[in-house]
Amino acid sequence: MLENKKDYKAWLYIAIPLILLSVFTFYPLIKTILISFFSQYNSITDSFGNFFDLEAYKTIFRDKYFIKSLTNTLIIVFVSVPVSTVLALLIAVGLNSIKPLQKIFQTIFFIPYVTNTLAIGMVFGVMFSHPIIPGIAPEGLINTLFSTAIDWVGPTAVAKHWMLVVLIYSIWNGLPFKILVFIGGLQNISKQYYDAAKIDSATPKRVLTKITIPLLSPMISYILITSFIGAFKSYEAVLSVAGGTGRELHRDRWTAVAYVYDKIGIAGMDSNMVSYYSRGAAAAVVLFIIIMIFTAINLYASKKRVHY
Amino acid sequence: MQEAKIKADFRVNERLVLQKTNTILRKVVVYAFLAVMAIVVLIPFYWMLNVSLQSHNEVFNSLSVSFFPKEFSPENYVKVFFYESRSQGSIAFPRYLLNTGIVAFFSTIFGTMFSILVAFALSRLNFKGREAIFTLLLATMMIPGEMMVISNYITVSRLGWVNQANYGSYLAMIVPFMVSIFHIYLLRQNFKQIPNELYYAAKVDGCRDWKYLWRVMVPMAKSSIITITILKLMGSWNAFVWPDIVAHEKYKLVTSWLRSSFTDAEAGIQRVLINYQMAATVIVTVPLLILFILFRKYIMSGVSRSGVKG
Repeated sequence: MLENKKDYKAWLYIAIPLILLSVFTFYPLIKTILISFFSQYNSITDSFGNFFDLEAYKTIFRDKYFIKSLTNTLIIVFVSVPVSTVLALLIAVGLNSIKPLQKIFQTIFFIPYVTNTLAIGMVFGVMFSHPIIPGIAPEGLINTLFSTAIDWVGPTAVAKHWMLVVLIYSIWNGLPFKILVFIGGLQNISKQYYDAAKIDSATPKRVLTKITIPLLSPMISYILITSFIGAFKSYEAVLSVAGGTGRELHRDRWTAVAYVYDKIGIAGMDSNMVSYYSRGAAAAVVLFIIIMIFTAINLYASKKRVHY
Repeated sequence: MQEAKIKADFRVNERLVLQKTNTILRKVVVYAFLAVMAIVVLIPFYWMLNVSLQSHNEVFNSLSVSFFPKEFSPENYVKVFFYESRSQGSIAFPRYLLNTGIVAFFSTIFGTMFSILVAFALSRLNFKGREAIFTLLLATMMIPGEMMVISNYITVSRLGWVNQANYGSYLAMIVPFMVSIFHIYLLRQNFKQIPNELYYAAKVDGCRDWKYLWRVMVPMAKSSIITITILKLMGSWNAFVWPDIVAHEKYKLVTSWLRSSFTDAEAGIQRVLINYQMAATVIVTVPLLILFILFRKYIMSGVSRSGVKG
């Protein structure tokens, strides 16, 4: 009797949050998967239609803009994550080895974290700016410094240019969090390993590869998992660096997430009688599966390699 | 004897000299590397301030870019504050700020409150289904939010909140993201660390669960609660895509204002006033920096455990 009474009280604590979670997290998750299979889903009447098939998936894989957006996403993932992880590791090791100015450097390296992704992305856009009509405005900082006249991020920019700026920005943006985690890890490594290395007169390179990196491997694997997930979802970085105003982003510059967002709010179906919502949902599911596969690979690799 | 003494002097002993120069060299390399990286990190901030303080003439008509504002124009900040664009609902920054304030206030209050309640129930109360709920929450924590966005948009639009020129826009921005599973998880871990004995002692003294939660657990987990409050606040301030999709043009947030086109209306060509644009980015960035300076400790502890922005 007493237990039952308590049960009911506990449910009172969690009732409202649980209802909200059901409506806005659990239910939409299942619904998105369903929409991706019901290729004639009607968003206005919220009816699934009669076709339960893989048409939406076939359509997006035939859609060259989806392939493009997936390629863009993969480039961002496989360039920005490794580069920023290595850079962050070097910076963290460097920071950990110095005494004077350490606190100041640490604060400087952490500042990008607490800024708005869109705002600083727009600053990068301005730094790499280039006037479309000559004479209308001066060249931006980068073009002036290197005395070039390349359209990096403007409407006429080619893929390799705007992608380079997006990558630089993603790396810049990803550094602070990684440095913070690595410094935390480095400070937990016992000094006696380094003392032993000193007695054996090991070279700094050897100390780094044989002591620091193995002992830091749990942090490295954690960083890799979270940054891979984050990079797969990148959208605002591209939008702010290489987009116009608002949410206006050229189709060639889409990322997977941009593709999903683009399909929101378009009622009706495309020429293949596949609803836009189903295409968006299918893209979201594909992205989700890719992220899950990568996380699984990462976890598997870290189980084999990580030294705890 | 004399010989050995001289050898021990590092200026003469070649090995020692080499070692000494090596250490100095290494120090120089480390400092140089860190200094270069620090400059790379700081350049965008400098450039933002630099451009935001330049005059229209400087931004447009000069043939070379200015590395520092030659015609110092702090009035850009005032102008951009009251800049209204007809294509963006004719509202100025104060209105965007008000919208963001309302969204941030309610999401933070309710979000933190719900996190506390759920974390308490999951960590201290015994009831049937507790483990099942916790497992369910953990499993969904891994799933990217983009999976829910499409269905959530349909839900809020069927509720009539999307693009509604009324409080509906606020609801669409606040309600779907009110409960954060990650924050529940973070707080639960903290609540778990509070010893059980305290709970039993309070029970013996006739303290009810509710009172125990607010009088004992919340004060003890204060730092975690401050952390999730700040993360919620920063999340509302930085939220862009979802609010921009669902909100009516008069109900958009500061991030939408940031992305709006500050154009040069007088000139024939539609040119973006990048000095206004950069002043806007400064206005959006400064509150975050102030928050960081004030709550550095809490933000850093939250960050190292989350990995995800906002």
